[in-house]
Amino acid sequence: MNIEGKRVIWKDYQKEIADDRYFYARSCVRQSFFPGAEATFLRILRGELGKELHDEPYHTTCTGIAYHADVVPFDTTMTVVARQFALMTEAGYENFVPSCITSFGVYSEVLDIWERFPETEKRVRDYLKRATGRTFEKPRNLAHASDVIYKFRKEITRRAKYRLVNRFTGRPLKGVEHIGCHYAKMFPSKGVGGAEYPYVLVGMIEEWGGDVVDYPERRHCCGFGFRQYVVQANRGYSIACSKKKFESMEPYHPDFILTNCPGCPFFFDRWQYAISEMEGKTYGEDGNGIPVLTYEELAGIVLGYDPWDIGFQTHQVPVEPLLDKIGIPYDPDMKYRGRNGEDLGRPAPTNVLRFYK
Amino acid sequence: MEAAATLAAGGLTVTVMEKTDHLGGHLADWYHLFPDRRPGREVLQLLTKRVQEGASVLLNCDVTDIERNKEGFVIHTRQHPPVEAQALLVATGFDLFEVRKKEEYGYGIYDNIITSAELEKMLSGGQPLLTTRGTVPRRVGFVHCVGSRDAKAGNLYCSRVCCITAVKQAIEIRERLPQAEVFSFYMDLRMYGMGFEELYKEAQEKWAVNFIRGRLSEAFENQDGTLMLKVEDTLTARPLRMNVDLLVLMAGMVPSAGTKEISRMLGLELEESRFIRPRDRHMSPNRTNIPGVFIAGSCTAPMSVADTIADARGAAVEIMTSPPAPLLERRGEKGVRS
Repeated sequence: MNIEGKRVIWKDYQKEIADDRYFYARSCVRQSFFPGAEATFLRILRGELGKELHDEPYHTTCTGIAYHADVVPFDTTMTVVARQFALMTEAGYENFVPSCITSFGVYSEVLDIWERFPETEKRVRDYLKRATGRTFEKPRNLAHASDVIYKFRKEITRRAKYRLVNRFTGRPLKGVEHIGCHYAKMFPSKGVGGAEYPYVLVGMIEEWGGDVVDYPERRHCCGFGFRQYVVQANRGYSIACSKKKFESMEPYHPDFILTNCPGCPFFFDRWQYAISEMEGKTYGEDGNGIPVLTYEELAGIVLGYDPWDIGFQTHQVPVEPLLDKIGIPYDPDMKYRGRNGEDLGRPAPTNVLRFYK
Repeated sequence: MEAAATLAAGGLTVTVMEKTDHLGGHLADWYHLFPDRRPGREVLQLLTKRVQEGASVLLNCDVTDIERNKEGFVIHTRQHPPVEAQALLVATGFDLFEVRKKEEYGYGIYDNIITSAELEKMLSGGQPLLTTRGTVPRRVGFVHCVGSRDAKAGNLYCSRVCCITAVKQAIEIRERLPQAEVFSFYMDLRMYGMGFEELYKEAQEKWAVNFIRGRLSEAFENQDGTLMLKVEDTLTARPLRMNVDLLVLMAGMVPSAGTKEISRMLGLELEESRFIRPRDRHMSPNRTNIPGVFIAGSCTAPMSVADTIADARGAAVEIMTSPPAPLLERRGEKGVRS
């Protein structure tokens, strides 16, 4: 592979990312899947980087999952999006930062449609006014939360306590990156690095000392894909998609999988467990899986946050092998303790995937 | 070149102004021509001989400006004194589509992905056909319509020659590598010329080339350096995933940089495809919106070598017979430079 060929493409896909005063739109599902990820994002932005960020309690779903599952009319989606923008306007912000890739896709799509069809925007403004009495300004800047971490990756390096280096071998850790479909596949110009060879996660891994593995099924769907999972009868497709990717990346021996979408890390994480139970197969070394991380979690590791504060205890595939390779200390006894040391209980041991107490 | 030779043979004074240091354009790089596999060099030699017999040739010409006056045109270049002409024939040809723009095909990123023009050079060189790892390819894929008939690439037109070129090159691969399997991924096979359909049939029956109707969605490199392709086989209505050792992208034709530059200087009207618009595609295909400026060859549309030569002769006749410059009458007086 010729990395220079990729760099030529990456140059063509750069985007403006605001550098402060963000209106943060949380994801519907991430707080259930990996509740520490968004908290880590806020901690990094506010605590490490000193940025001003508005965490709006009254915003709702963007309707993304329902929209892509064809159960919500697009006019409804646009009106809900308009309401989110109204909340941003009322809070005095202009830089909209969704946590979710699907939301980022929905917001990008709606803004593009309004740009092309001003009469549609006018109609939606009328809907919102009649329904809520609200008006709104469109965001001056729309960037996904992973874009923001990408933008400040060097600042994070300057504050880093760890590098993505295997302390036993001294070699860079190998990461595979998986970009959410709705990040750039609909609008390549909206994604750092474009749609085919996105750079947003590659840039983080490289900056923090790791190596990126390009593997044949890199572009393949993670297995969420809405209809594959939302339609229960299709769930076999979902796990088959994930399995195809695991089989493709396995020969490259990745140390971790990095993602920027709510669905992708969830399915990579949970399906590895499911495949191990169904087929007795694991994709990491010594009965381990391949740890799956979000970009905030990886940044949190680099910054030296306590792994249990990041929320790794909610992962199905244990992250401990990665922590051990980097040399990050952790207290196993604190893994399943909540605030004030409260015992949260223990998950049932797995049958195949290596279990860490 | 053909227009210059024809005009010179008609008694006109002709100056050929060539941007590079040699005549022949893309033909100079072409191994064999379809459908009869005639060496490109042979046709080029014939053309060169004819041009040299009757026309002046200026090489390395960077045209910087074209002035109009009562007599016609004055062409300024960086390298030569101004050239006066009473008629101009624009024959600036085509460029190959920049296949890197089809990012999903991986050209310039993964090894062993080449263009049809690069394969032609490899075939002309006579060296063994090997992968970048020095192995003999066991499977070779051809991807048709790369940058042609592709709204995403901004080119809705057909480049016309790629289908038959792929058939020819597939046969040449099988001749060189009898053990290799060859797969050709196409949307339609447009065998429009005499002998084309016959060559396509020969490719299937004699050379066992596999033609698969479906476009490539993406190419990736495997650990062993082979390329994983994802294609839709539309005839079986199934997605297809397969590995090849070498992938050839049939790069389409786009208007050349020279065509764009000269068009801008002269104020020539362009088609939506960005090729030069003829004044009347049926009745005056070699005239433009500017009196005294004529066009020939693939600056007006994708064309084969044979079609280009025929078009060039048409342009020469048009120049010799067209008002407003009664050039034919001036023969033997001042002559015409084009």
